[in-house]
Amino acid sequence: MTTSGPADNSAGLNPPTAVPAELFALRLYIAGMSPKCVRAIDNLKHVCEEHLAGRYSIEVIDLLVAPQLASGDEIVAVPTLVRQLPQPIRRIIGDLSDTEKVLVGLQLRPRNGTR
Amino acid sequence: MELTIPRLAAGTPHGARSIPKARTGIRGLDEVTGGGLPAGRSTLITGAAGSGKTLLGVEFLVHGALHEGEPGVLLTFEESVDDLASNVASLGIDLHQLQADGLLIIDAFRIDPAETIETGAYDLEGLFIRLAYAVESIGAKRIVLDTIEVLLGAMTDQAIIRAELIRLLRWIKDRGLTVVVTGERGVNQFSRYGIEEYVSDCVILLDHRVQEELCTRRLRVMKYRGSLHGTNEYPFLITEHGLVVLPSTSMGLDYAAPTERVSSGLERLDYLLGGGIYRGSSMLITGEAGTGKTTIAAMMLAAACARGERALFVAFEESPAQLLRDMASVGIDLGRWVDAGVLRIFAGRPIAYGLELHLATVLHIVEEFGPTVVALDAMTALSQAGDPGQVSSAMTREIDLMKDRGITTIATSLTYAGSAASPETSSVAVTSLVDSWLLLRNRETNGERNRLIFVRKARGSAHSNQVREFVLTTEGPQLLDVYVGAQGVLTGSARLAQEAADRQAATRDREVLDRRRRHLAVLTAEADARIAALRAGLEAEAAEVAYLTSAFVTREAESAAETETMSQHRWADPAGASAAVNGVGG
Repeated sequence: MTTSGPADNSAGLNPPTAVPAELFALRLYIAGMSPKCVRAIDNLKHVCEEHLAGRYSIEVIDLLVAPQLASGDEIVAVPTLVRQLPQPIRRIIGDLSDTEKVLVGLQLRPRNGTR
Repeated sequence: MELTIPRLAAGTPHGARSIPKARTGIRGLDEVTGGGLPAGRSTLITGAAGSGKTLLGVEFLVHGALHEGEPGVLLTFEESVDDLASNVASLGIDLHQLQADGLLIIDAFRIDPAETIETGAYDLEGLFIRLAYAVESIGAKRIVLDTIEVLLGAMTDQAIIRAELIRLLRWIKDRGLTVVVTGERGVNQFSRYGIEEYVSDCVILLDHRVQEELCTRRLRVMKYRGSLHGTNEYPFLITEHGLVVLPSTSMGLDYAAPTERVSSGLERLDYLLGGGIYRGSSMLITGEAGTGKTTIAAMMLAAACARGERALFVAFEESPAQLLRDMASVGIDLGRWVDAGVLRIFAGRPIAYGLELHLATVLHIVEEFGPTVVALDAMTALSQAGDPGQVSSAMTREIDLMKDRGITTIATSLTYAGSAASPETSSVAVTSLVDSWLLLRNRETNGERNRLIFVRKARGSAHSNQVREFVLTTEGPQLLDVYVGAQGVLTGSARLAQEAADRQAATRDREVLDRRRRHLAVLTAEADARIAALRAGLEAEAAEVAYLTSAFVTREAESAAETETMSQHRWADPAGASAAVNGVGG
């Protein structure tokens, strides 16, 4: 399940950390269609559309289907969102219901900006 | 009503009703726990950093995989697979090979709080899935979680973690898997997390303490539901062969008591001991410096080798080369037996690596080499490696280890000259433990020191009460009688002088005797001559008397015949009347 939006060079929301043309490769680990996981997918799509329109890709991995993939990204908690690109790798666990925290986690917003 | 006493002494409190156990394969631990960790249940191993928790877990898994047909899964939150593998590789454990053989799966979880952000609800399904996947792919029966705090500390939502951990432990238990959870902070910490109930079927504490600059590791089984277990603190070691727990006090006094006696290699010493020492018994040799303790020990080992047995010499104070040289100088050729592979000399200072490691090392050599006689020279050196209580305990264990295996033990111990204490004590208090006790003493007289040997104690033997002089010659040690006289015990040159004096006195006495004998012979000859002369006189007299007697008789007869003739001529009365007439007339 991969969703891609068109690249949008004009976004430039966070110049210090994100080069405008940068592509966000995101991977979301879930375990079946539990309420938490469904919420996480919905929340992620929402955040991406709003802040990363056109320059993101989302890969959703269901560990119930492919358990052997869990160790690759050191998955303990579910759901876990892993930012593969840009480097460095960042992990966000939970159903992504706190948008501000998700943005901080994806480094789309400086950490002190949320306080 | 019959009373039954649970058999705890032998350290194997397993019975028919005991719960199933999963053996750890760790020497001593299975003994202390009566067969291993509770199978199908959870065990908490707790101890500070570096106390050996992870190693215990790994050994548990490896033993299960290799020897019990129980593959295992290791979930590590602390180390990477490669780190772990290289850490235990020095112990001869090849984790990579085990993984390749499908006997073990190591899943390393790297949880970095710094690169993780929590937003909203989550659970640990990822952990479950990984564990379930690992368990199912190799049919694992054993699981180790190392270390639980890392997991607990990695995430901020403690309520979720706690609930998930409990769910995990239940999940494991429902599948009948044996799980070992390691934790750093102790049991109380887990009750704070509220998970104690789920991890405490069995709780083992590992401790790592430094006392007077010497570090000792200790293990204690704090709790074991449904099973008897040893309750003491047991020293344990991390050796090149893995963990070794050394339960001594749980060892029962149930070793066999062979009646066979073995020779000490010196006939007169055997005689002193009532025919040698019993096989499998322990003998202590005490004495001041230079009294010949090591020599006697070496002699006894050489005697064992000559019988075709194997012997181990544990030297605490000398290098093997020095020992060989020194013993060769008194006629004991140990080198020959070393070359023949029946004698092994293990030299090392216990203080260099601690009492426990020393014990484990000796134990390992004993098991590998299989000697029938072991010399420990000198146990005094152990006293530098711990406080008196520890040393005594270590020696007790060391001697017990040997006895348990039917190995004859010869321990030497130094007594310090001029110490206020009685010279007949050992510097290490084990004299009550050993079966026989040889006392060597230096005696200074006439400006020289000589060695005396004495059997102070010999359990089960009618032994001599005599002191002997002990002499080291180039032909080997010898025992000699000592002179006990008005001047006391004579040894060395005093004994030689006394022997010479005795020889002179004997010569003198013999001369006097000879003189008197000669004198007697002269006297006898004289007497004989006189007797002969007297006898000759006597015989002459007797001959004279006989002659006179016969002459007299003849004359009488002649005279009677004449009288008869005359009477007939005179017509005299018959003889009777004549007599009466003669009587009246005469």
